[in-house]
Amino acid sequence: MLEAIILTVITAATPLLLAAIGELVVEKSGVLNLGVEGMMVMGAVAGFAVTVSTGSPLLGIVGGAVAGVLVSLIFAFVTLTLVANQVASGLALTLFGLGLSGLMGESFVGQPGIKLQSLDIPGVTSLPFVGKILFGQDILVYLSFAAVFAVSWFLNRTRAGLILRAVGDNHSSAHALGYSVIGVRYLAVIFGGAMAGLGGAYLSVAYTPLWVENMTAGRGWIALALVVFASWLPWRAVIGAYLFGAVTVLQLHTQALGIGFPSQFLAMLPYLATVIVLVAISGNRRATLFNTPSSLGKPFVPDR
Amino acid sequence: MGEGSGDSTGEMLRRVGGDTPLLEVRHVTKRFGSFTANDNVSLKIMPGEIHALLGENGAGKSTLVKIIYGSLQPNSGEIFWKGKAVTVASPAEARAIGVGMVFQHFSLFEAMTVAENIALALPNCRATRELCETIARVSANYGLPLDPNAHVADLSVGERQRVEIVRCLLQNPELIIMDEPTSVLTPQEADQLFVTLRRLAEEGCAILYISHRLEEVRALCHHATIMRRARVVAETDPANETVNTLAQLMVGNEITRVTREKGKLGPEAILLKGLTQVSQEAFGVSLHDINLSVRSGEIVAIAGIAGNGQKELFDALSGEEPLDKEDMVILAGEAAGLMNINQRRLLGAAFVPEERLGHGAVPALKLSENVVLTRHGTGEGIARRGFTRFGKAGRIVETVTSLFDVRKGVVDPEARSLSGGNLQKFVVGREVERTPKILIVAQPTWGVDAGAAAVIRQSLIDLSRKGAAILVISQDLDEIFEIADRIAVISRGHLSKAEDADTLTPEKVGLLMAGGAEKKGAAAA
Amino acid sequence: MMRLELVKRPQKSRLMSVLSPIVAVALTVVFAGIVFAAQGHSPFTGIWYFFLEPITSLWGVEQLITKATPLVIIALGLSVCYLSNNWNIGAEGQLTIGAIVGSILPILFPDFVSPVVLPLMLLMAMAGGALFALIPAKLKTVFGTNEILTSLMLVYCSNLFLDWMVRGPWRSPQGYNFPITIDFHEWAVLSAVDVGGIYLNLSAPIALLLVAILAVVMRSTLKGFEIRVLGQSPRAGSFAGFSNRRMTAFAFALSGALAGLAGMMVVMSEIGKLQPVISPGYGFTAIIVAFLGRLNPVGILIAGLVIASSYLGGEAIQTSLQMSSKLATVIQGVLLFFVLAADTLILYKVRLVPGREGERAHA
Repeated sequence: MLEAIILTVITAATPLLLAAIGELVVEKSGVLNLGVEGMMVMGAVAGFAVTVSTGSPLLGIVGGAVAGVLVSLIFAFVTLTLVANQVASGLALTLFGLGLSGLMGESFVGQPGIKLQSLDIPGVTSLPFVGKILFGQDILVYLSFAAVFAVSWFLNRTRAGLILRAVGDNHSSAHALGYSVIGVRYLAVIFGGAMAGLGGAYLSVAYTPLWVENMTAGRGWIALALVVFASWLPWRAVIGAYLFGAVTVLQLHTQALGIGFPSQFLAMLPYLATVIVLVAISGNRRATLFNTPSSLGKPFVPDR
Repeated sequence: MGEGSGDSTGEMLRRVGGDTPLLEVRHVTKRFGSFTANDNVSLKIMPGEIHALLGENGAGKSTLVKIIYGSLQPNSGEIFWKGKAVTVASPAEARAIGVGMVFQHFSLFEAMTVAENIALALPNCRATRELCETIARVSANYGLPLDPNAHVADLSVGERQRVEIVRCLLQNPELIIMDEPTSVLTPQEADQLFVTLRRLAEEGCAILYISHRLEEVRALCHHATIMRRARVVAETDPANETVNTLAQLMVGNEITRVTREKGKLGPEAILLKGLTQVSQEAFGVSLHDINLSVRSGEIVAIAGIAGNGQKELFDALSGEEPLDKEDMVILAGEAAGLMNINQRRLLGAAFVPEERLGHGAVPALKLSENVVLTRHGTGEGIARRGFTRFGKAGRIVETVTSLFDVRKGVVDPEARSLSGGNLQKFVVGREVERTPKILIVAQPTWGVDAGAAAVIRQSLIDLSRKGAAILVISQDLDEIFEIADRIAVISRGHLSKAEDADTLTPEKVGLLMAGGAEKKGAAAA
Repeated sequence: MMRLELVKRPQKSRLMSVLSPIVAVALTVVFAGIVFAAQGHSPFTGIWYFFLEPITSLWGVEQLITKATPLVIIALGLSVCYLSNNWNIGAEGQLTIGAIVGSILPILFPDFVSPVVLPLMLLMAMAGGALFALIPAKLKTVFGTNEILTSLMLVYCSNLFLDWMVRGPWRSPQGYNFPITIDFHEWAVLSAVDVGGIYLNLSAPIALLLVAILAVVMRSTLKGFEIRVLGQSPRAGSFAGFSNRRMTAFAFALSGALAGLAGMMVVMSEIGKLQPVISPGYGFTAIIVAFLGRLNPVGILIAGLVIASSYLGGEAIQTSLQMSSKLATVIQGVLLFFVLAADTLILYKVRLVPGREGERAHA
């Protein structure tokens, strides 16, 4: 029973973690991309479409990432090159992504997909309890942890990461030192798009190998909340994502137990939990101050 | 870090000698749209020379410096480095050939450590332990001690400047550009900086020193280039000039001197009694038991280094930050501590904050709308029954612009389109035109040209002599000694006793600014 | 390599303020034409069916007004939020809760049949929407919680709540187990009257009235001034004696009330009862309407009609060209992007210049 619960928590947490870690990098560079939901849903539809048409879930995952990158580029162009309002443009990206994915996915509704294979090491994966949990996951689960590790290392230990944080902390100073604020931000937004695309593809290729319209169901927004919850620290995003995964699973299992509690209220749990977590985290503003990128959401135009 | 990380500082600074100018700028012109910021500007700097670049705000100094540092590209003209023509395409290239810069508005990253800040300016360098050691050693060597692991947000203004200078030194520069370095320092800190600069010059490093403080230029610099209205108007040895002749060169014939006679003192109009407030902001300054009285007809100035509680004091006086007790602030005889800003305005008080754009005025709103901003609640009928009367506000704009000579292109422009000096004249004039009984003004002439500064200072003196009580919060000691009748000093939220300006000297005030004001009942005498 | 360079204008360009939404619409039409061509249709036929054909009939105009009305009402409220820098994106949820609260009367008190029921329902819907909108507002002012995320999360909650209501406590005993409530009585619905061949109900004139009121408020009242000042510069706003906290509450309450009103009127005129889904996403589409109308009341009126026509256009291309009606949502999203991008022209001049080495990252 516990093993089953942990396994479902992992599948529920992985798409959130993938999208959140991407958005974390985007926000560290000083850009607020509220279009995570739109990029995720595009990743989901593209991931499903590529998987079905090529027969390869791995190619599907790549397709999802590419779709995320492509739509994130629209956002980057509008907000970075044309300095449009980031909040409004992020909303536009979400609405656009939901619309376009619905259109692209129309012919896939009801089609069976192909599920991404999980790791299976003979003798190891079959170990009791830990075997399946540690060695029986699909590639995206491992990738999500690799991404957390890589992003954490990148931000704190590399020069490029230092520059990215500098751009997010004070874009005028970074520009004065000769760094390309816009260039760094483009790269960050593209990375965020790829990760959100992967998160979306996870839903339609690994979580439930199906395409359903709006199948992200607000996960992109929860990923955004996770970044705030994590106060821009990669490892805290893991805790957040697994906490939310647990809430989702709790909801499913309680429903299955049939405790006469209306299912709608259980379905509200992840959303209510997001609100509660956001309130709880905002009480501790002094502690998060050093991690909050000061230029977040502010437009940058170099003077010439 | 790159080359020379383990070397001693003496070896780190590469030197050239001889008669070849280190840097020569020839006939540089830079235009922004129809506005010419640099018009055929030429400049020559020798190795080991401390070279002053003098000029009013808006004379084109910053543009020239940005061109030398690669932040801007000229429309025409050439730059020679050690006799060879070069194109400085970016600040990184400037640093690579040996030009370093210490910015006026620091280009530091608050959330990062000193070491990370410095690493960002060095090629291919991360904030390693090695770098930390180098920083500690070099900074101590030049009398600029720094903790490499401290966060910049926790540093004082003087310490932040040290970060900028050390950052610059570690790039092995042969030319250091310093943009108004002493504007944020106490006189004592400035003296310490001059020692460092002279030592650098002796080691052969040239310094391009931008300032409008003529006394220090005379004391420090070997040569001066003077700019006015985008052109170079004179070259001179500042030691052979007086402050007056330098000023003459800088502003041409436009100097207007402020005149001040003793005013007739009336009753106490501003009274602060034990004003105490704990700051709620992350890096804010708490105010401790502040006592002060300002009588009608006098100007009292509060001196102090930036970030010592000036902002918090202004907000407490204006009512933007609510106080605990109503008698901590008494305006025109009324306990006003719990009043909001408009209730205080109704008592006859007016306020001019430090930040022109974004606090004193909304950048994208027209001047008439910015009149409504501060005068809708003063009972003058600019807002009536919930409706605004922009026509009436427009007439006030006309009065203010003619009284204060505000230059504007169109009848009612957006605030952001005005130059700093003109907007400041407008923001001060908007309040002075009301002839308030009480005026509280922060940094009345910060970053404005001498002409505008003179107009503003004179208007403050005239207003006080008409019977207003004026409190000026300023970092500019020259300004304070020019207009204030009495002077108090704020330091880390403590305020010294206000002393008669005639009995004080800048040195005494400097000591109070550096922390003397925190002693109980401190005074300079 | 060429790249775009922005040069700040000294003043906002008045010409571009007018021109930018027109440019955006024109670009969107071009985009739609390309999509039609890519799908093997003549771009002109496609554009005709999508943008113009729907409003050539009286019935089309009636549909246009019916669809535009809730969009305009909600967008008016959202514009006050966005102008004052309060990012309420939960209008869909406020619409839902408003409609539920307003429906208490006809569902729980079906015997209370009186002309006062109608205005009472509208008022209760407004109160419900406003109170629900005050949740994210209060969380923002008291705890500093991001209102974008909280207001959106509450949309999911409110939709689930409605679902539970119509399947649970409020399910009609005569509904053959369908998830619907009982039908509203005659004073709980808005009936349409014939106006020159077009059947209209009270909601369209209410929308027009609200446009006029908000236009006056924004143009010449202190409240409108306060909204603009606090949105552009909170610090200057508090220097003027305005309160950011009160403005946040006001803007959220107003937009929540208007969303609740719109939701109630949709239910009262088009459905006549509650069911699991009462809005085709009016609360989200109104965000596009608010921006397309450049947050200006009259602009929002026009934008509401434009966006409503795209819904009809979606249906038209489905029947005439056998294309997916979902194209309409894509075109709405593209339009919003073009609007945001074209707004750059108001504050900046855009130039195409050769790429420069110094601008590129050297890291």
